[in-house]
Amino acid sequence: MRGASHAKWAAGAVAVALAATACGGGDDSGGGGGGGGGDGVVRSSWGDPQNPLEPANTNEVQGGKVMDMIFRGLKRYDPKTGKAEDMLAEKFATKDSTTFTVTVKDGWTFSNGEKVTAKSFVDAWNYGASLKNNQKNAYFFGYIEGYEKVHPESGKQSADTLSGLKATGPRTFTVKLNQKFSTWPETLGYAAFAPLPQAFFKNHAAWVKKPVGNGPYTVRSYRKGSQMSLRKWAKYPGSDKARNDGVDLKVYTDNNTAYTDLTAGNLDLVDDVPAAQLRNVRADLGDRYLNTPAGIIQTLAFPFYDKDWPDDAKGAKLRKGLSMAINRKQITETIFQKTRTPATDWTSPVLGEDGGYKPGLCGDACDYKPAEARKLVKEGGGLPGGQVKIGYNADTGSHKDWVDAVCNSINKALGQSKACVGNPTGTFADFRNKTSQQKMDGPFRAGWQMDYPLIQNFLQPLYYTNASSNDGKWSNKEFDKLVNEANAESDAAAAVKKFQQAEEVVRDNMAAIPLWYQNGSAGYSDRVSDVALNPFSVPVYNEIKVG
Amino acid sequence: MGRYVIRRLLQMIPVFIGATLLIFLMVNVMGDPIAGLCGDRQCDPATAAQLRKEFGLDKPVWQQYLTYMGNVFTGDLGTAFNGQQVTELMADSWPITARLTLIAILIELVVGITLGVVTGLRRGRPVDTGVLLATLVVISIPTFVTGLLLQLLLGVKWGWIKPAVSTDAEFSELLVPGLVLASLSLAYVTRLTRTSIAENRRADYIRTAIAKGVPRRRVVVRHLLRNSLIPVVTFIGTDIGALMGGAIVTERIFNIHGVGYQLYQGILRQNTQTVVGFVTVLVLVFLVANLLVDLLYAVLDPRIRYV
Repeated sequence: MRGASHAKWAAGAVAVALAATACGGGDDSGGGGGGGGGDGVVRSSWGDPQNPLEPANTNEVQGGKVMDMIFRGLKRYDPKTGKAEDMLAEKFATKDSTTFTVTVKDGWTFSNGEKVTAKSFVDAWNYGASLKNNQKNAYFFGYIEGYEKVHPESGKQSADTLSGLKATGPRTFTVKLNQKFSTWPETLGYAAFAPLPQAFFKNHAAWVKKPVGNGPYTVRSYRKGSQMSLRKWAKYPGSDKARNDGVDLKVYTDNNTAYTDLTAGNLDLVDDVPAAQLRNVRADLGDRYLNTPAGIIQTLAFPFYDKDWPDDAKGAKLRKGLSMAINRKQITETIFQKTRTPATDWTSPVLGEDGGYKPGLCGDACDYKPAEARKLVKEGGGLPGGQVKIGYNADTGSHKDWVDAVCNSINKALGQSKACVGNPTGTFADFRNKTSQQKMDGPFRAGWQMDYPLIQNFLQPLYYTNASSNDGKWSNKEFDKLVNEANAESDAAAAVKKFQQAEEVVRDNMAAIPLWYQNGSAGYSDRVSDVALNPFSVPVYNEIKVG
Repeated sequence: MGRYVIRRLLQMIPVFIGATLLIFLMVNVMGDPIAGLCGDRQCDPATAAQLRKEFGLDKPVWQQYLTYMGNVFTGDLGTAFNGQQVTELMADSWPITARLTLIAILIELVVGITLGVVTGLRRGRPVDTGVLLATLVVISIPTFVTGLLLQLLLGVKWGWIKPAVSTDAEFSELLVPGLVLASLSLAYVTRLTRTSIAENRRADYIRTAIAKGVPRRRVVVRHLLRNSLIPVVTFIGTDIGALMGGAIVTERIFNIHGVGYQLYQGILRQNTQTVVGFVTVLVLVFLVANLLVDLLYAVLDPRIRYV
């Protein structure tokens, strides 16, 4: 019976292996919902959020979708105009643009019944600012007095709460800023400023598993990494009630698959149409395709810490020459199929002309003029080392395609075949390491997605001396002075004017080469209507109608 | 036999330690992952330092590795950057990949071996030529082409299946992805079986069996096939590991949230804990599959013995 005993051993080993693989197999329930949804439920594509779902920790679109559905803050940006409008705020009172008294509207509650009070805001903001909570949007609270104690640059925090933040009544609280910032209330539409219920602090783990907020939707079930089912909250007190019964967010492994599922009728909304499908999108979807401006601008930044790229008159000429050697129109049309628009200033069209967007501010320097480009590059001392290398990360966003096209355009304009080459970095994290640690030796890709629709947000974080996202370390006294003056200006229109003057300083020095404004794109099924993207390229879910 | 199995199991320990160490070092070479968490802006240095401390990234690599291994033995495989336990990710994705692999292996076994036997017994006939041509076509077409083509035809044009697998990923939904995944190996299994059968058909013991008057069916199944399966089993055994880890392409096309997808995302986000955990389990699967193959040799061919 030798053979039988062999078989027994093999069978035993197989059984062990099967038992091992079955370990995790049991708990497939609990998801609920499944693929079916309901009659009035929107089925939308989703990506796995990168960070835990907390308001002050969500800094990308995928988590932003959920925040936009389950939270309402003091202000809300109008999905169409991008203007900050009062939501939970009754009024803001200030005499000196530094201390603000905020009154919260009466009658708002969280979906678990708890009232939204001044304390809901004060506690949430203190939590968001505190270093020990690891909140990635903590810097939003940096304008509030006492931030450097709660969130020091290094070492231990010496306070747990912001000294500039005080609840003075059930519905009123005061905020003291550490500088004059007249348009500060306009920044409060961002998710980081959302109020939080006590359940968030008392049982944090349970809250993160199933978030509770005060927005038009409630979370019915959440299976991390695969699906979140949100349903309309019938008792929502606001005026922007959900016009559908709910939204099912489904994680897709690949946006191409999501698109295929949309064309097969198994999905209602894809908010990220893959580049490869842009050519077919009109044929597949007809007019059920959106391509609207979003608050994103792509620029080329320069390493001003490198002696090859000095911030002087000669250097400015060189950078201007490079800018004029880029054929933006052709690249946006052929590579991006018009989902990008050639940039003519350093802000974004979503601001509107009142908000500070000024088309044509860049002037000639952003037009394709090969002859002048050659001349300016020559006057600027030629390319350092005879070649520019454009740094980018190769893992996402088809950056390689456009960097190669930009280089092609520069090579053609300058009449040298190796004047410009791409300089890829493998992963986004590594690329960010190199840029933030000043290890770049040539121009590099710099994308900017606005936090709030204010011209301030397109200039100060990027070009102010030592600002958080000033990766090229550009520094200009006049620019800094103008920004400070603009922030102190109490009249909004006058502030915008000052910011535009500051933007002109950026232009005259060509601190960064503006490339194009990015659009948000989305496709939807014939089951739904009234689909729109807001200026943050997040779908406005509560306005979607089903059937 | 029992001692042999135990010896083989013990040998897995150094392989396990070596493999995890190598993967750990490789992921570490990719650099600091924290910078990628803040979008196109600089993480504020205090939060970045705090996060690094929390994930243990501020310590030297060897210390990180020791801590990791210490935790592994208590069943803690670490936390992904989105706050999810790696064990939780595994519990979600391994059953799905196991199901997909099982389907693929079954298809390989049933269809591949049947075709191999049929063609091996009728060498040079039209059936043989036809199947050979078909396998040639399958081998020369990359998986993503077959995958996308079937998805478009069956899912979008004819509507027989859903083009994307739901999060539950039941057996019935995984049939087509399993077929795509199996297609390439299927062709190899067919060819291997065919050659092996054709060769053994002329062996002395087969002639003896036929001369003894053993029924043809018994000759083919008991004597011919059993002896011809050794190379096929070797191939399928190593294929299990390859199918599990190499399903990334198929998983992405059909929206299957399995091991391949988790690995891909872990690498993109430079999440050491996820990548090391998943690859380690893959290594173990590979080792166990190889052990099983070796044991199966003895079942198939009584001349092979393990002491």
